[in-house]
Amino acid sequence: MVKYIGKRIIYMFITMFLIATTTFFLMQTLPGSPIASYSKLNDTQKKIVEKKYGIDKPAPVQYAIYMKNLAKGDLGTSFAFKGKSVNDLLASRIKPSFILGAQAMVFGTLVGILLGMLAALRQNTFWDYGSTFMAILGSSIPSFVFASLLQYYVASQWHLLPVGLWNDGWQSSVLPSLALAMGPLALSARFIRTEMIEVMSSDYITLAKAKGANKFEIAFKHAFRNALIPLITVLGPVAAGLVTGSLVVEKIFAIPGIGEQFVSSIMVNDFATIMGTTLFFSAFLIVVIFIVDILYGVIDPRIRLAGGKA
Amino acid sequence: MKNTKWLLLLAMTLVLSIFLAACGGSDDKDNASKDDDSKKDDSATETPKKEDGEPDAEQILNLAESAAIPSVDSAIVEDAVGFNVLNNVNEGLYRLNEENIAEPAMAAEEATESEDGLTYTFKLRDAKWSDGTPVTADDFVFAWQRAIDPATGSPYGPFMMSGTVKNATAISEGKMDKKELGIVAKDEKTLEVTLERPVPYFLSLMSFGTFYPQKEEFVTEKGDAYATNSDNLLYNGPFTLTEWDGTGGSWKYVKNDHYWDADNVKLTEINVNVVQDSATAVNLYQDGKLDRAGVSGDLAMQYQDDPEAVTQAETSVFYFKFNQQKGGKETPLANVNIRKAIAKSFQKEDLADVVLANGSIPANFLVPKDFAYDENKKDFRELSGDHLEYNAEEAKEFWKKGLDELGVDSLELEILGGDTELSKKMDEYFKSQLETNLEGLKIKLKEVPFAVRLELDSSQDYDIQVSGWGPDFQDPISFLDLFVTDGTNNLMSYSNKEYDQLIADSKGDLALKPEERYEAFAKAEKILLEDDAAIAPIYQRGLIFLEKPYFKGLVSHPFGADYSYKWAYISGKE
Repeated sequence: MVKYIGKRIIYMFITMFLIATTTFFLMQTLPGSPIASYSKLNDTQKKIVEKKYGIDKPAPVQYAIYMKNLAKGDLGTSFAFKGKSVNDLLASRIKPSFILGAQAMVFGTLVGILLGMLAALRQNTFWDYGSTFMAILGSSIPSFVFASLLQYYVASQWHLLPVGLWNDGWQSSVLPSLALAMGPLALSARFIRTEMIEVMSSDYITLAKAKGANKFEIAFKHAFRNALIPLITVLGPVAAGLVTGSLVVEKIFAIPGIGEQFVSSIMVNDFATIMGTTLFFSAFLIVVIFIVDILYGVIDPRIRLAGGKA
Repeated sequence: MKNTKWLLLLAMTLVLSIFLAACGGSDDKDNASKDDDSKKDDSATETPKKEDGEPDAEQILNLAESAAIPSVDSAIVEDAVGFNVLNNVNEGLYRLNEENIAEPAMAAEEATESEDGLTYTFKLRDAKWSDGTPVTADDFVFAWQRAIDPATGSPYGPFMMSGTVKNATAISEGKMDKKELGIVAKDEKTLEVTLERPVPYFLSLMSFGTFYPQKEEFVTEKGDAYATNSDNLLYNGPFTLTEWDGTGGSWKYVKNDHYWDADNVKLTEINVNVVQDSATAVNLYQDGKLDRAGVSGDLAMQYQDDPEAVTQAETSVFYFKFNQQKGGKETPLANVNIRKAIAKSFQKEDLADVVLANGSIPANFLVPKDFAYDENKKDFRELSGDHLEYNAEEAKEFWKKGLDELGVDSLELEILGGDTELSKKMDEYFKSQLETNLEGLKIKLKEVPFAVRLELDSSQDYDIQVSGWGPDFQDPISFLDLFVTDGTNNLMSYSNKEYDQLIADSKGDLALKPEERYEAFAKAEKILLEDDAAIAPIYQRGLIFLEKPYFKGLVSHPFGADYSYKWAYISGKE
């Protein structure tokens, strides 16, 4: 197990290195330069600014400098937010995105699992149709539609929660989290239902039933655990996507998150911020995938992580 | 089984009803807002009104900005939000007043101007920074030198000072020491500025953010951290900035008790949040979380007749740029008749009223309306008249003549525009108008993000481009200077010696002859538009806002910063 984890960590670093390299050179192919918008600068100034940000050097040299700084954890200086380090920028923007994503993930998954189980255990009943219906809604309607509907009805019309902004404490996070939660909710409900139905008809469940195990025991102790594995596989990337920010939902609720920052940095060719955000997203995703793999072993001991020797 | 079918039907009905509710959302919203309005009207008549204009006891305002603040360093600021913040937390020698006329601010009285128009002497008033120390002449000298120093990378320093303040050009090119800049502190309260040439609009420049003072000791002490958050700044304006962390989506303005004119500042606090989505802004406004909200896109059309809607005229003018040379070769747009044909072939009224529907007005000019005035306070527009009005018949004649001269019977041209919803809608309109009116013309649309457009513009890789300009100071030359041969915004190979000469004269011989100078501008505008059709004006931009009736005294400016909150107040909210 330790050997497996060690190997995976090395792979993670290699992956990060490859992502950083690819992103760096892809960005060089973007039209325009970070100072393209500095249209009022004269040539002398342009040269000085280019030197200041190190973009006067050939791409390979820039790359070497960037990687050296990256190794020290320095993501560089933003072009758009004058003089601000990308580290600071990410730090200040990530919190709201993280809170929303985490809440959406926890709520969406828990409710989704509940609905899915209910549907599977009460197949072809009102509960089954109801939760299937929710799943269809959640997966077919994009989160921004939910966001607009929630904002309009719950906040604007019924005045139950804030319309937007990030200054009403936890209340500010409820509606955006709900809007974001519909995706994972639908996904979990669908997966759990399908898997549970399949597992419930397998031999070992029949055996458990024959042995006199009660319904609750069968559902949670025997079936649920097996049904969870495929769900975890798909939820990993979903979690990374959610926690690292949803551009549209953040925009609709006027939340100063990382999603909006990422898109606007691309718009103005803010190289350092684009790189920083991409690396942050990637690192998050890689870590989530790693955790998912570890979780497999925890949930189902039959899955051997270290090539059958563990 | 029967039960199952019923349940299925019920589920489907539910789905349908949710979809219908979603689709009907905007109508409901419209009705709801109208209902709200009627309620407001009722309540207004029921409750006894306070004496008109009397300020409330509580003076807290809630506003939205469309973007975060990239910087509040007066030498570095280059965006609308940054200049707006600067204008409300700092102050220069002059400030635009409620009538948008530059009046002494940090200067105690009107500046003395030498007879040749080259030297201005300013006496400073007793004003303080927010740390209680006095604002001195040295603070201006330091700030200006810092803004012109090429090492600072100031986008506006050289742009505003080159060719205006003595030695600015040489310093910005790194050929001279910044200490040689034409600004000297005669004593702690006296400032002398020497110009390169007489600049008739120089005093209005003094209200522009780049010319604000900075306290050397503070800036040096903070180093790289200067102006990166609200604690690392000093303020000498009506408000101080608080709770700004440098990147976040919210901040506050708090009344600055050290401000020299604090007695006339009524607002005690302004909460600002970044709200990018227009629908969200409107919802926040309806919910009472915002006292003013910008309305754009389709919402603008929906709200244009709302009793709380206010239209604000801007001084940005949008026009087609016709590129006459691409890749070293002449384009069909090098032909003046082709340019005139296109310039006259689209209906501007419909565009402004129906497509844009945001208070924009059709433009048959380059220098906007309600912007620049001559000695007799007459709008420059009255002096210069209309050019390149829509006329399909004339357009067709020019088109035929142009095609004959080129020896072709059809042309394919590309319109380069933005990738926003509104830009796309507008481009579609142009395509349909141009192709309908000009037989044999095929228009291709290229809609790209702003950064790409800048790139294509600077490499002159386009046929026709929808471009726009907002002025940085109050003078027609802010617009007309763009199109001199090799001008900064020319980038379309337009060149006319007579035009160049008129612009040069306005800066030289005519600088101290206001009447003749304005005549020269009118002549230049006629050459640019009527004779050469170098560009084709489209519209002067307007904006629609929803504004609470109790929000009074907001001053919007035609150039530089967008707003002054100095005179704003709340009356009748309670």
